Amino acid sequence: MNMFIRIIAYILLAPIVGGLLEGIDRKISARMQRRVGPPILQPFYDVIKLFKKQVISVTTGQSFLLITYLILMIVTGIMFYGGTDILMCFFVMSTAATFLYFASVVSSSPYATIGSHRELIQMMSYEPAVLLACVGFYLATGTFNVSEIAQSQISNIAYLPGFFVAFVFILTIKMRKSPFDTSTSHHMHQELVKGITTEMGAQNLAIFQITEWYENVFLMGVIGLFIVNSNPISIAVAVAVVLVTYFLEILIDNTSARVKYELMLKMSWMVTLFSAGVNLLVLMLVQRGGA
Amino acid sequence: MANIKRSPWLLHYDGSSCNGCDIEVLACLTPVYDAERFGVMNTGDPMQADILLITGGINTQNQEVVKQLYDQMPRPKVVCAVGVCACTGGVFKDCYNILGGADTVIPVDIYVPGCAARPQAIIDGIVQAVELFQKRSEEHDALVKNKGKEAS
Amino acid sequence: MMIIPFLILFPFVVAALMFAIRPNKIRNGVAYVSAAVIIGAVIYLAVSWLLAGAQVQTYFVDTHIADKVILAAEVILMLVVTFLCFKHRKYWISLLTIIPTCMMVYLELYGPKTESFSHIYIDHLSILMCLIVGIIGGLIIVYAVGYMHGYHHHHTDIPDRRYYFFMLLFLFLGAMFGFVLSENLLWIDFFWELTSICSFLLIGYTKEQVAVTNSFRALWMNLLGGTALAVGIMYFAYTGQNYSLHELVRAGVEGNVFAVIPVALIAFAALTKAAQLPFSTWLIGAMVAPTPSSALLHSATMVKAGIYVLFRLAPAMQGNLTGYMIALIGGFTFFVTSVIAIAQSDGKKVLAFSTISNLGLMVACAGVGRPETIWAGVFLMIFHAISKSLLFQDVGATENSLHSRDVEDMHGLLYLLPKLAIFMFIGIVGMFLAPFGMLIAKWSALKAAVDSSNIILVIFICFGSATTSFYWSKWLGKIISHSHMTGEPFKDITKKNEMISLSIHAALMILLCVLFPLLSKVYVSPLLMEMFGTATDVLPAGVLYTLVAVIVLVFAVPVFSYLFSRNVKTNVKLSYMNGINVGDNKSFTDSFGDPKRLWLSNYYFHKMIGQRKLMVPVQLIATATLLVMMIMIIGGAI
Repeated sequence: MNMFIRIIAYILLAPIVGGLLEGIDRKISARMQRRVGPPILQPFYDVIKLFKKQVISVTTGQSFLLITYLILMIVTGIMFYGGTDILMCFFVMSTAATFLYFASVVSSSPYATIGSHRELIQMMSYEPAVLLACVGFYLATGTFNVSEIAQSQISNIAYLPGFFVAFVFILTIKMRKSPFDTSTSHHMHQELVKGITTEMGAQNLAIFQITEWYENVFLMGVIGLFIVNSNPISIAVAVAVVLVTYFLEILIDNTSARVKYELMLKMSWMVTLFSAGVNLLVLMLVQRGGA
Repeated sequence: MANIKRSPWLLHYDGSSCNGCDIEVLACLTPVYDAERFGVMNTGDPMQADILLITGGINTQNQEVVKQLYDQMPRPKVVCAVGVCACTGGVFKDCYNILGGADTVIPVDIYVPGCAARPQAIIDGIVQAVELFQKRSEEHDALVKNKGKEAS
Repeated sequence: MMIIPFLILFPFVVAALMFAIRPNKIRNGVAYVSAAVIIGAVIYLAVSWLLAGAQVQTYFVDTHIADKVILAAEVILMLVVTFLCFKHRKYWISLLTIIPTCMMVYLELYGPKTESFSHIYIDHLSILMCLIVGIIGGLIIVYAVGYMHGYHHHHTDIPDRRYYFFMLLFLFLGAMFGFVLSENLLWIDFFWELTSICSFLLIGYTKEQVAVTNSFRALWMNLLGGTALAVGIMYFAYTGQNYSLHELVRAGVEGNVFAVIPVALIAFAALTKAAQLPFSTWLIGAMVAPTPSSALLHSATMVKAGIYVLFRLAPAMQGNLTGYMIALIGGFTFFVTSVIAIAQSDGKKVLAFSTISNLGLMVACAGVGRPETIWAGVFLMIFHAISKSLLFQDVGATENSLHSRDVEDMHGLLYLLPKLAIFMFIGIVGMFLAPFGMLIAKWSALKAAVDSSNIILVIFICFGSATTSFYWSKWLGKIISHSHMTGEPFKDITKKNEMISLSIHAALMILLCVLFPLLSKVYVSPLLMEMFGTATDVLPAGVLYTLVAVIVLVFAVPVFSYLFSRNVKTNVKLSYMNGINVGDNKSFTDSFGDPKRLWLSNYYFHKMIGQRKLMVPVQLIATATLLVMMIMIIGGAI
């Protein structure tokens, strides 16, 4: 029963929470630049406007691929908050991401193609850290099952600090924040126009936007999973950690310039290898010693 | 429902401007004027834009480009000519390659004069464009609704 | 069970016929009929065996005549290879065939006499291999008839020796059946060498300089493995007083020291056959052969012989140094070759590297040797056999129509050659996109690698899966992009028989994706039961249901969203090229004011991770690892 409430809450609340987070993000970014900034509800205004505009696209196939992207991302979240296998969640997420790639590359437009190829490189950059995070959870708790991981005795971050660092690092890529916003940009006048979203206008862009919100809420859930344990108070702590992490991402976004994809790939793989890899080594040695 | 005028996204196109107006347009988005507090975003992508800001006159080379950009924008859309060159052709009016203001190739709704146009004037122009955008959107909605009725 | 000798001998008879019949039409007819007979025979074998209770069965205890025939054939094979080596002045390679053959002959004539045992052994694994070899092999022969016709039509400079080509294909099928059904190690060695030599001759089919060079590379690497196999058999024959493969595995499981060295040597031989690093280059070179042989030998079946042997040995390798070595080499190959695959733009080379990479994952699964990984490995093997066979045939057919097999030229293939593009899509998606082959395999391989504390393998799998999805997605994106080609639309000149084979493959692929939970329950679980003797529930029920749900979703969601979005009226606009499109999305105005064609290309990173840059260092690393570990294993066992 509890599971169904969580799933329904995710489906209904995730876009609201995601949109609010983005609104706060834009507000905080503006304040960091000593601007007034847009209202917190601005992302919702944007999406509503996009839905009201004339439906346009370069190829008719695009919206079908984007809707698939949206639904698969919602499914990812449902699987996660429903407490199923975390590795499966990420597999479905990468399938969803592949559909986004298809939706962009199908237009055969130069800017969208550059953006989507960079998106592929981004996927290649973050996937090892994501899979290793799942391995970390499995090592720490003996299961891939999210609901069982959430019921562990002490917060998993105690065992998995390295995995956490690696995951937060790739979160910058996943949330399309500078310095790793190579596939698309939130700002104007950059070399790839709007990258992967260049050929998405009106309704299609709105679907993309909403999917991003679902995705962010899912990713924040994974961050929370590092903290949550059998004690109910931990949920409050998890929310606090999620907010701090989000703030950290905003700070990084506003204080760094975009890097080239080679550097992104090298950095994320190095961080993954050293941070998560060393953590993995230590954990395995400790477990073997214990057993 | 919320007003769609809260979210005007711009496409800025530089015709044959001397860059004076362009710099002023960008100045609107800096912390000093902060046009983003009205929800204004400079997208650079016609597929996502609502308002076309055009600076500089139209010449023989860019007339097709302006037409195409205008055509790629989804309805409802508004065109705002910034600076005297975009309004009428300005001092370049009689050049061999200049056709005239932006309205020689696309319908212009708002004219912002000045050489260069001051940021205050540009923001004022955008605000008026936004009002028009809202109005057009309502007309667009009504049209879609009526069409739906006719169909059913 | 007379079907078994029929299955092994019939292809040899057909091979002789293929050589004898020179008129193309008659030979093609015979090939079709024989392919149908082979497919029918393996299905009959599998069904009758399953209906009989799917028990382990053994046959043919007394085989004096067959032994002598095989001995004679082995000597003839040696003479043929030696002759070819001398003809092409590769004298030293002949040693690799003379030495093992002499050892086998000695063993047969003067070796330790053991109590008689059955020579044919049927269980789930061998029946599965028979099905793969028979069905895919039969279909590829149907395809090859059409393909080779077009091939010689285009390549008039290459002498038309189709009788020879088909003879080798059938010879190979017979060898493969013999290999997977044999229990006697001497027989296994003979069939092993026969497959190596079929591969060698097929690579050299065109007689061009590069083909000859590559064929000899393939020859010496495979014969090196064959030599290791022969040494392993000889060692086991004297220490274990036996010639039975299952006795060897049993001795290994019981922890007998004398089984360690033969297991390690045979596993080493399997590495060469499965083209693992440092022996990967032969498979890349083998791509010069005509496409049907690449599909049949170098991707779908022959390289699986190595995997088959490793699966057989898996219980004996679980948790010991040999298993660790195999898992390490497999994981390393999986990662490195998937990285190199990114830098390839030739469709066949991408397939070659991805084949090595996927084989690496299977080898790693076998090396870990737990029921979960064998389960994953068996599924990978099934999925890989069908999807790669489909892809190779499809790339071959595409090449005939498109006059190029470069992935770059496949831009918008969906609009140029829709049928072939859809088959290609099914093949690629079936291999890597969730929730199919790779996903399930990755899931259980990761779990088992963690359970066995194999940290290096965990890291290889995590990084390798990222690079794997990169090169596949890149290719898929190329296919579905709107075309920037102009001029004459390409004509799909794929022959009907090629189409039949492709369609059946695609149907099998889809069927497998849908039915895999059933297959797991009905077939693969009993297979594990036989192998490990304990019933294991590899996928927990929860995961299985999730997986089924995900499969349904991944099929249903695109259909649903297609239906949903079909009725939305869309205004089609030009794509964004800074407003300088010339009328359509295919060209733009350049700086001289002239229209210029748009050309989109993928990332390849040639300079960073090209084959030339990476291959030699990783071969050195793999060789060093292999050498050190072999010395440790052999030193520890003596």
